[in-house]
Amino acid sequence: MALGLLPGNVLITRLEALVNWCRKNSLWPMPFATACCGIELMALGASRHDVARFGAEVFRFSPRQCDLMIVAGRVVMKMMPVLQRIWQQMHEPKWCISMGACASTGGVFDTYSVVQGIDRFIPVDIYVPGCPPRPEQLIQAILDLQEKIQREGTLLGREFDEPRRNMPPRALLENPGERPLPVQPF
Amino acid sequence: MLSTIQRLRENFALLEESQFRGQKRVVVPREKVFEVLKFLKESCGFDMLVDVTCVDYLTYPRRPPWGRFGLVYNLLSTETGERLIVRAYCDVDSASVPSVVPLWEAANWLEREVWDMFGIRFEGHPDLRRILLPEDFEDHPLRKDYPLQGKGERHNLPVITRAEG
Repeated sequence: MALGLLPGNVLITRLEALVNWCRKNSLWPMPFATACCGIELMALGASRHDVARFGAEVFRFSPRQCDLMIVAGRVVMKMMPVLQRIWQQMHEPKWCISMGACASTGGVFDTYSVVQGIDRFIPVDIYVPGCPPRPEQLIQAILDLQEKIQREGTLLGREFDEPRRNMPPRALLENPGERPLPVQPF
Repeated sequence: MLSTIQRLRENFALLEESQFRGQKRVVVPREKVFEVLKFLKESCGFDMLVDVTCVDYLTYPRRPPWGRFGLVYNLLSTETGERLIVRAYCDVDSASVPSVVPLWEAANWLEREVWDMFGIRFEGHPDLRRILLPEDFEDHPLRKDYPLQGKGERHNLPVITRAEG
């Protein structure tokens, strides 16, 4: 085979695998930090936990430069249009991490203004439990996301057209009727 | 030298006076609240309005007889350090009181917040818009008859899917 003629420092791979490898190791996070999870997010970027080891240290505050949105904290109904606009301003391919109980489910804030999980209104790839999650958990989320990108990523981003990924979010599947709470006499 | 309460008592018909751990509180009629606060500012030296807030006594067992909403003005004299809490009560159908923005500019945003959360209208306010909630919000959520989980405001938002995003 002609392979034997190649010098020792040449590797052969598929183009998609190479692109995925590049993408997964240079995630640029967009920190959407609205609450205490944001503090853990800052700890993740600081020297002790040092997310630079995983290539995701370049926090940018312009969505045009980012490809990983980390929603850290509760999102209220007034903030949701802002979040959606920032998400739409990010370039493809892009991913989203829902960090903490509040961003994923609303957490303890089951009130009129707090959105009960951002996945009702924008796509989410990875959920991180915790209140707030430790930076190690977020590192695990980034590692899981890297694995996901390596496994299913495509050169032209065709994986985002998959029917499973385009299933309607929960807001369309279920009708979250309000449970009427009786007015408690105190 | 007369105390503030004594001077108030001389000039106005107070509905109630009370004291709790050194905090002096008076209740005044809703129609008189502007004159009382003007008197307190100009003659008693209460030059700072610390807070304007409101309490909804809808399901309160010992509900005050003067109305459902208790409007609370928290005053401070920066010269003597004296504090005074002035209350006025109003009901849903009469949910309006004169604005005190002409007396203290600080009342502007505080009264907007009370309007936003309790739906109490401040007559003569220069710019009575919602301050915290979105402009198109329709209710006043800190009223006790407003459901805790809202009336669907947090669900009525556009949905962005992968294909659209």
